[in-house]
Amino acid sequence: MTDRFPHAHVHLGVFFQGVNHSTIWSDPASGSQLDFETFRQVVQTAERGLFDAFFLGEGLRLREQNGLLHDLDVVGRPDAITQLAALAAVTTHIGLAATQNVTYNDPADLARRLASLHALSGGRAAWNIVTTDNAWTGENFRRGGWLHHSQRYERAAEFVQAAQAIWDGFGSTVRYAASTVELEVQPTVELADHPVLFQAGDSPDGRDFAARHAEVIFSAHGTDFDDALGFADDIRARLRAAGRPEDDIKVLPSTQFILAATDEEAREKARWVKEQQVTPATALSLLGQVWGEDLSSYDPDGPLPAHDPAITQVSETRGSPRPGADPRAVARAWRERAEAEHLTIRQLVLAQDRQRGFVGSVESVADELVRWVRSGATDGFNITPWLVPTGLDDVVDLLVPALQERGAYRTEYTSTSLRDHLGLRAPVPHRAVLVGA
Amino acid sequence: MTDILHIALEVDGAGQHPAAHLLAPHTTPATPPGRPGVTPDAHRVRTVTAAAENAGVTFVTFDDSLTPAPGRAAHRIDAVTRAAFVAPLTSRLGLVPLVHPAVTEPFHVASQLAALDHASRGRAGWLVGTGPVPGARRALDRPVADGEDLVAETVDVVTVVRDLWDSWDDDATIRDTATGRYIDRERLHYVDFASGGDGPFASPALRSAPDGARAPFTVKGPLIVPRGPQGQAVVVGRVGTVPGALLDVALVPDLADVDAARGDGVARVLVDLTVTLDAAGTPGTARRDQLDALVPGTTTGLAYTGDAAGLVALLLDLRGVVDGVRILPSVLDDDLPVLVRDVLPALRVARAVPVPRPGATLRDTLGLPRPASRFAATA
Ligand SMILES: Cc1cc2nc3c(=O)[nH]c(=O)nc-3n(C[C@H](O)[C@H](O)[C@H](O)COP(=O)(O)O)c2cc1C
Repeated sequence: MTDRFPHAHVHLGVFFQGVNHSTIWSDPASGSQLDFETFRQVVQTAERGLFDAFFLGEGLRLREQNGLLHDLDVVGRPDAITQLAALAAVTTHIGLAATQNVTYNDPADLARRLASLHALSGGRAAWNIVTTDNAWTGENFRRGGWLHHSQRYERAAEFVQAAQAIWDGFGSTVRYAASTVELEVQPTVELADHPVLFQAGDSPDGRDFAARHAEVIFSAHGTDFDDALGFADDIRARLRAAGRPEDDIKVLPSTQFILAATDEEAREKARWVKEQQVTPATALSLLGQVWGEDLSSYDPDGPLPAHDPAITQVSETRGSPRPGADPRAVARAWRERAEAEHLTIRQLVLAQDRQRGFVGSVESVADELVRWVRSGATDGFNITPWLVPTGLDDVVDLLVPALQERGAYRTEYTSTSLRDHLGLRAPVPHRAVLVGA
Repeated sequence: MTDILHIALEVDGAGQHPAAHLLAPHTTPATPPGRPGVTPDAHRVRTVTAAAENAGVTFVTFDDSLTPAPGRAAHRIDAVTRAAFVAPLTSRLGLVPLVHPAVTEPFHVASQLAALDHASRGRAGWLVGTGPVPGARRALDRPVADGEDLVAETVDVVTVVRDLWDSWDDDATIRDTATGRYIDRERLHYVDFASGGDGPFASPALRSAPDGARAPFTVKGPLIVPRGPQGQAVVVGRVGTVPGALLDVALVPDLADVDAARGDGVARVLVDLTVTLDAAGTPGTARRDQLDALVPGTTTGLAYTGDAAGLVALLLDLRGVVDGVRILPSVLDDDLPVLVRDVLPALRVARAVPVPRPGATLRDTLGLPRPASRFAATA
């Protein structure tokens, strides 16, 4: 197969703290998930590996299951922009991306904080726009659960337009009025350009929002090639429909890398990683989500519950979106598989937990990554290390040189701006929405 | 009260005099050669805080406002972001950004300052913003408390922020591999805070609410950030706008206000002192006249104009009267070098100021205890 993009390079980012049970905290090599030194080590390792960006997620309420704080995964994280400002001081080139939602932030306040990070870091800030709108998170904020789910991307679009007007409007009075955002403010931060706009949200509305406003998509399509290519083609089509060039958005899926000397060793390591991620307690918790009840007193090495779930929708661990499904059907399928293959609860959950990301020798993973970007399936990858702070070491020390040998990875930074690292165009001025400046 | 005098320093912008930002900066804001990506903003905050730390200052404050403030440069970046940026570049200096309780969401205030406390290894403080914020109501599209309401709002916000800082016990992260539990959920606490106020409750109703009306709010908790090295960041504010019981450090505008602050039970009282020093061959009085000719400065509050020796004498006399002085330099570029070269060394020689140890928390340096969590089980 000939490459659609024969000269494409792989862009790498690191997504720190991951989600759900992706981070193994029980391993002796797992460090503090909170100490500044851990963050410093991860970001400096990524910068040594010439990554495009270091990336922090956001969750403004601690997750719960069955009305109790979820206690099995890493809990607790710093405020993203505050932490990135500190990390800006100990780095010189790498981009610094903060996930920030549009429902529980004030546009004038958030635009100013992002502009501040951008100004201090010399053009390295990015904003990952998310729409987290649930009223449950709203219980921590003045406005409460004020926004209807159907309005989340309307608010996102208006919020982004207002922010762009503020970034462009230094020295004037910015007025913006729409259905969910109305403001008048004199901006206090002078910028040469804008923070880079990332988007993470997979619904059709989310994809259309990205096609109109985003410059990078942090996607969930980072394991299966055909799935990733389908997503990228869908985004290209939406970009065309929105009147933008097809290459106006870079797609960086969330993924994990499991590397070893040989493919066989890597598969062995992947099995080990998954067993560490899905602890006995986590297996019972995941099963409990399907059954909609607390199953923590079950024996993880014993059989599945004999009774059917009483609930009609798979309950989510609050704060982490999960697709709704018919729990009785899921439970029946899981029980049938467990019986047919003689699996205990934990074995069944491990078998159901699809292998995420890339598993293989350095050489074969490097080949795979180059194939992905040169076929247009992605522009790069946002790596969630399953171990911190050392989980990026083999990526930087082994995989990056292998990509460089293939002519598919930068050998030095050529700029200190994230926009330049990603090969993005300069932002279009948004003075159009300025009224009476 | 001790005979130790804490020196704090306001480091915002060009200086306190309303004409300071109109002067050409003396220190070059240009990117130093060989430091890629170091912007003028970064260079400025980095050099000013490094000078303050080397001089033995206890803490610096970062003034701020959401909207342009009269007498200040139009370009001003967010104070928490500035403080966080210098956190890894400093090791002894307290970092105290201004955050306004009626402007920033209480949950965000608590998260940002807790993150600053972690990033600085326990050197975070919060300068509680006071007074009306012009333009905030329109910028934020919601009522912003004012006047009497603002005092009540401030009490509520400081209270809930302190609650949120206590919402994780110090030992909540257990990482118990035997049971697979990362946290002990019994050691995290919902704060279930409800504010006062009688305006309409939630947006979109907020939008049409009358100006000045106080919209009540609730905060569930716990915080997303585990408890910081200091337990609670040091809360700095003005008596009268925040009850003394909620403050760790009171800033008073004049010596006449010291007794009131002490009566309020505040552990440390610092007086604000505007200084215009003899600098670069120009007497302080002449510098002040030149500045006043551009824009008349304020005449309220404690001020000192003159040579370094006179300032040293004044500060030594303040031992036993106040716990410290927050110095507001008229023009940072002119006054800071004199403070660093002549004033703080003389205070050190006289053993009048503490010598902050690298690694000490701001509470350590101020001699304040690390508070126990109000929610922690006392078993
Ligand atoms: C890869 C990925 C990462 C995400 N990270 C976050 C996050 O850190 N915080 C958050 O609140 N939402 C996060 N989201 C959620 C989305 O922003 C969005 O709120 C959610 O997917 C619902 O939007 P949708 O209906 O368009 O999918 C993430 C989504 C994806 C796909």
